[in-house]
Amino acid sequence: MFNNVPILSMITFLPLIVALGLMLISRISKGDAREQLNKNAPMVALIVSCVVLLLSALLVWQFDPSSAAFQFEERVDWLGGGIEYHLGVDGISVLFVLLTAFLTPLCILASQKSIKKNMLDYMVAFLVLETLMIGVFCSLDLILFYLFFEAVLIPMFLIIGIWGGKDRVYASYKFFLYTLLGSVLMLAAILWIYFYSGQELGAATTDITRLHDLDIPASAQTWLWLAFFASFAVKMPMWPVHTWLPDAHVQAPTAGSVILAGILLKMGGYGFLRFSLPMFPDASIKYTPLIFGLSVIAIIYTSLVAYRQKDIKKLIAYSSVAHMGFVTMGIFAVNMQGLQGAIFQMLSHGLISGALFFGVGVIYDRMHTREIDFYGGLVKRMPVYAVFMMLFTMANVGLPGTSGFVGEILTMVGVYKVNPWVAAGAALGMILSAVYALHLYREVIFGEPTNEKLDNIEDMNKTEIMVLAPLALFVIILGVYPSLVTDVTAASVENLISNFNAATLDIVSGQGS
Amino acid sequence: MLYQIIVFAPLLGALIVGLFGRKLGEKPSMTITTGLLFLSAILSWVAFVSVTQNHHNTTVELFRWMDVGGFKANWALKIDSLTAVMLVVVNTVSALVHLYSWGYMSDDPGKPRFFAYLSFFTFAMLMLVTANNFIQMFFGWEGVGLASYLLIGFWYKKPSANAAAIKAFVVNRVGDVGLALGVMTIFFVFGSVNFDTVFSAIHDKQDLVLPFLGMEFNAIELIAALLFLGAMGKSAQFVLHVWLPDAMEGPTPVSALIHAATMVTAGVFLVCRAHPIFQEAPVTSGFITVMGAFTAFFAATVGLVQNDIKRVIAYSTCSQLGYMFFAAGLGAYNAAMFHLFTHAFFKALLFLGAGSVIHALHHEQDMRKMGGIWKMVPVTWIVMIIGTLAITGVGIPGTGNFGFAGFASKDLIIESAYDAAQSGMASGAFAFWAGIIAALMTSFYSWRLIFMTFHGKHRGEKKVLDHAHESPLTMLIPLGVLATGALLAGFVFYKSFAYGVNDFWGHALPMGGEHAQLAADNLYAAAETTASDADHSGGHHVYPKWVLWAPFIVSVSGFIIAWFTYMYKDGVVKRINGKGGPLYNFLLNKWYIDELYDVTIVRFTRWLGDIFWKVGDIGIIDRFGPNGVAAAAMAGAKRLSKLQSGYLYHYAFVMLIGVAAIIGLVMRTVGG
Repeated sequence: MFNNVPILSMITFLPLIVALGLMLISRISKGDAREQLNKNAPMVALIVSCVVLLLSALLVWQFDPSSAAFQFEERVDWLGGGIEYHLGVDGISVLFVLLTAFLTPLCILASQKSIKKNMLDYMVAFLVLETLMIGVFCSLDLILFYLFFEAVLIPMFLIIGIWGGKDRVYASYKFFLYTLLGSVLMLAAILWIYFYSGQELGAATTDITRLHDLDIPASAQTWLWLAFFASFAVKMPMWPVHTWLPDAHVQAPTAGSVILAGILLKMGGYGFLRFSLPMFPDASIKYTPLIFGLSVIAIIYTSLVAYRQKDIKKLIAYSSVAHMGFVTMGIFAVNMQGLQGAIFQMLSHGLISGALFFGVGVIYDRMHTREIDFYGGLVKRMPVYAVFMMLFTMANVGLPGTSGFVGEILTMVGVYKVNPWVAAGAALGMILSAVYALHLYREVIFGEPTNEKLDNIEDMNKTEIMVLAPLALFVIILGVYPSLVTDVTAASVENLISNFNAATLDIVSGQGS
Repeated sequence: MLYQIIVFAPLLGALIVGLFGRKLGEKPSMTITTGLLFLSAILSWVAFVSVTQNHHNTTVELFRWMDVGGFKANWALKIDSLTAVMLVVVNTVSALVHLYSWGYMSDDPGKPRFFAYLSFFTFAMLMLVTANNFIQMFFGWEGVGLASYLLIGFWYKKPSANAAAIKAFVVNRVGDVGLALGVMTIFFVFGSVNFDTVFSAIHDKQDLVLPFLGMEFNAIELIAALLFLGAMGKSAQFVLHVWLPDAMEGPTPVSALIHAATMVTAGVFLVCRAHPIFQEAPVTSGFITVMGAFTAFFAATVGLVQNDIKRVIAYSTCSQLGYMFFAAGLGAYNAAMFHLFTHAFFKALLFLGAGSVIHALHHEQDMRKMGGIWKMVPVTWIVMIIGTLAITGVGIPGTGNFGFAGFASKDLIIESAYDAAQSGMASGAFAFWAGIIAALMTSFYSWRLIFMTFHGKHRGEKKVLDHAHESPLTMLIPLGVLATGALLAGFVFYKSFAYGVNDFWGHALPMGGEHAQLAADNLYAAAETTASDADHSGGHHVYPKWVLWAPFIVSVSGFIIAWFTYMYKDGVVKRINGKGGPLYNFLLNKWYIDELYDVTIVRFTRWLGDIFWKVGDIGIIDRFGPNGVAAAAMAGAKRLSKLQSGYLYHYAFVMLIGVAAIIGLVMRTVGG
């Protein structure tokens, strides 16, 4: 179907082109016309993002899950010297494209009422963001990837900094500082790889598919791995470089939080899958204990911190860090259950945390506070809202039948094979997630409505239901029939594992002789 | 289709009423859920006959659930005798509780929600008992936990109900962690989570030694222990029992269905379902016996002094579950299942009867404010007496089954403990004596409940007494049906459960112990030769008289002591006014276990959370991380706070320049 169509470029750049168009028209138009444009911007953005969603769905439909190879590849010479414009998706990345395309229209839908100023700019920022996020998952060139990976921060930074809450400057600064640290180190590593590939392969390249075959000496892998790790760990975020996340979430507008938790956090996990494991297998084995340790700390430590939070968004943000702990430990188990579980957990968490942040947005739009103590007894006034939030709370807790369970159990099963200690530590997270999530639900939704200000709070309106209903549906569908995801990812993950095992076996036997 | 209807009819009801209940209205909501449950219950009995009598065992595969690199689990309905027993227990009690709730909840505005929850619970419980793999079982396991949480907290405005709901969920999760780790270990050892595959491979792994958390364990023992941890949570065994009494915050029909008859027995079911594992795990089985026997004893001691009518029955449930566990630990899985079966009837009866009393007395639950009402609620009074006779195990010693439901099943358990003790098992002897002593206390607190509730002078407000009334028919019919069960369940099903007559169990359960096997064989032979007159006492000749009479004697003694304490010369009033000694207070406060957990685990968790947050995140990471850098780079926080959002564009611009510069650098190096 897409034989001669550059489908990935279309999906990636359609939002950007529309965004640039919007900006251009708004610059040249004046007065009423400009006003009109400002008003219609959300509708334009919504239509565009829906087209992207449709195309992404077709992409997944046409994707051949039995093949581990990259599909829909596009390759054009770009900067010269082996640096190409090279796109393509495999089982690991294709669903992240779909997730991004799925969440963006919901974000746009949810922002129509809650954003009060510079609507057009806001929509432009979101469309640009969509392009960059999809670009991250489609890139098959290291430089191109890096470009998208870093550039994603710019619109996000602006969304927090301009449309954010009171302390948005501190939050965006913290966000900036952390990610800067990671990206500088990663860049140095990329340059090193580029030049090394020149020596090893004859011609320097940043083609990821070719770099996967590059044999990097174990000693060099050690620091290259750490450099990539610095960047990915901040993005995930892993303990102890996680403290930017709660602040960023608290200050970000609702849709910003959704994208942050839903997609941006996944870029770190995706990076581990795409680069750390295939390119630095020996170092990955060497640092597995480190990852396991940090993962378990993340799960237990941040769950406990989440429990003590007074701000709804902070609580959910900390719970995100804990859930990402399952992802990192699953990835570095390097077996089918671990890796499949990690990918599943990322996709599932994208839906669940997205839904939870949308949920917080619903009451924030009405009351303009996120303080847990302010609320209570909402179920009486907002029964529909209470039902949705119960579902997402249970999904967050990892109740079987929701997508949250599948990711947790698979990663734990996977990691158990490698290290039962880690599985046992992670299992403690099952208790703690119940503690903080049910605590939040009780304080906000159950109980006697004591605050007079809540007397006239209205239940969810149609738009809000339209945003949360699809998320609810997929949380349950994926919980009951996870094969929808795992069948798509299986071949690529299997391939990743066998290459990893071959590479490490090689080195191990090489050392032996 | 039979089994699909049985399992999914309750789900259908829950979905229809859960989603559209408020639009449908109360009556239609109640009719739909109750109607579907009765359909399910009737079909369950059809299935029961077809499976246990005609041996139509089957597994209905629905569709794939998980299939990741050998980790495979399907949605399936496994139907054998064990499942069939659970189907009738769950659906019968559930259908009756649905009907009962028409009357009991008649004043409650949240009826559609309540019925949707009840039906959802039933569905989850059915998924648990029909699972053919550990993962689906875990789905049901946590699903019933969710339903329990929602129903305990049904009156969401009550802070105590909310607290109890969370406590139930979290304590259960502690057990669930054990269960989850057990399932992971199973997959690690057997490469499968399917019951059939795992159970048939047990013999190959018998001697496998597994390192786990720094120690070495026999793999099968480890698995059994972890699974049992799950069972302890769900079935409220000692250490993890603390949630069950608090769960009484929920409406009484919920207590009857979930916290007496069905959900709390899931742990017993788990042990029976996975008996091939437990059979090869003698150490863990011994531990189960001791824990079960101790819980039977411990919970009974607390039940002696409680004043809340529902709490007495709750501790009684805890104690009876202990009996089931020690039977299972001794390998008498059929006895455990038999007690589970009879207990479902008489305990649901006692709870619903208590509900009827509470309903009559305007939601009064304190027995100190009851008394003298038996004439006003005669039907309730009679069925409560039947329930009490059943739980105290009244019957004719030596006959096996001529008695109330609890007589047949509890005596069977005590006899298996005696068998085990005779064969030299210390845990068996412990269980035997704990069982006898607990039976004495059971009788005492059960009769105490009857005396305090129905007899003597009324001690509450006169206004309440004047309004006391018998419950409506929707509540009395379920009571009548359950009373019939409490009367006859033991008598009718004794041979089937205890001796597997007509191959009742199929391959679902082994017959308990060598002796019982022998007895069953004898019985079989007898049945074959004198087809019509199977001598049910045939298996009993080896027991000394005192063993057969001991449960009966303690039961009667309990009655007499209770009568002297609470009936003789106005005993109740004296008890209430008198001061209790230290032992009394110790029991009244439930051995202070809740207090112990509060000062240790609960507070420690909060304290640790605060430390991690305020010291770890803010005090160390932020201080030396981003804030420290900021202070250094910007010479103090003053300038930082002065930053305006306009500067953001500068930051963004800097980032953009950075990216551009990087690419430029790369290009230059490449070009050069």
